[in-house]
Amino acid sequence: MSDFFLSETPIDAIALARALESSAAGASVSFEGWVRDHNDGRAVSRLDYQAYVSLAQAEGERILVEARARFAIVTARCAHRIGSLAIGDLAVWVGVSAAHRGAAFDACRYIIDEVKQRVPIWKNEHYAEGESGWLHPDNTPVE
Amino acid sequence: MNYRVLYFASLRDRAGRDEEQVNSDAKDAQSLYAELQRIHGFTLTQARLRVAINGDFASWDRALSDGDEVVFLPPMSGG
Repeated sequence: MSDFFLSETPIDAIALARALESSAAGASVSFEGWVRDHNDGRAVSRLDYQAYVSLAQAEGERILVEARARFAIVTARCAHRIGSLAIGDLAVWVGVSAAHRGAAFDACRYIIDEVKQRVPIWKNEHYAEGESGWLHPDNTPVE
Repeated sequence: MNYRVLYFASLRDRAGRDEEQVNSDAKDAQSLYAELQRIHGFTLTQARLRVAINGDFASWDRALSDGDEVVFLPPMSGG
């Protein structure tokens, strides 16, 4: 399995975190992005993620390669859900191990920030009152 | 020339399809988007999109070849 992957089924964060373990690592940092029940003042009931899968995969892998080059880390992995998600579901997981905590925190932050900006995945929020809307990074509707 | 165009997110909703074969005189992605914008009534301006050609990010003025897969990428919102 690639270190970056898209999943149509729930992400097993515990199994992913275990795969970071290394005798060279003294620190592990992970980030979990969850589906929230509100956005921009509106109640959210669920959301769908759509992806341009081939490019999302390639760009996600590039980000992990960059993170390994920029930061003194041992391993880095990332998983992103696609499909239909409910409130509280794990939408994205990033995990990094490193000899020391500084690089682990920095790399984890770098990866999630770059994934949000560069990986072709789109979020469609379904609101409690019945409407839905595609979002872009400043969290305002695209149309 | 013939191009295969894929749509995602709001562009997919507006076009009412995931993909289409387009026969066009457009020589690059910016001309092709302008043409498809007129046909489908896309409200997203080119400045807010990125473009991918044959599976990787590309510049808007790169010359297209017959059979290319062209994908207009709305502002991304993963994570």
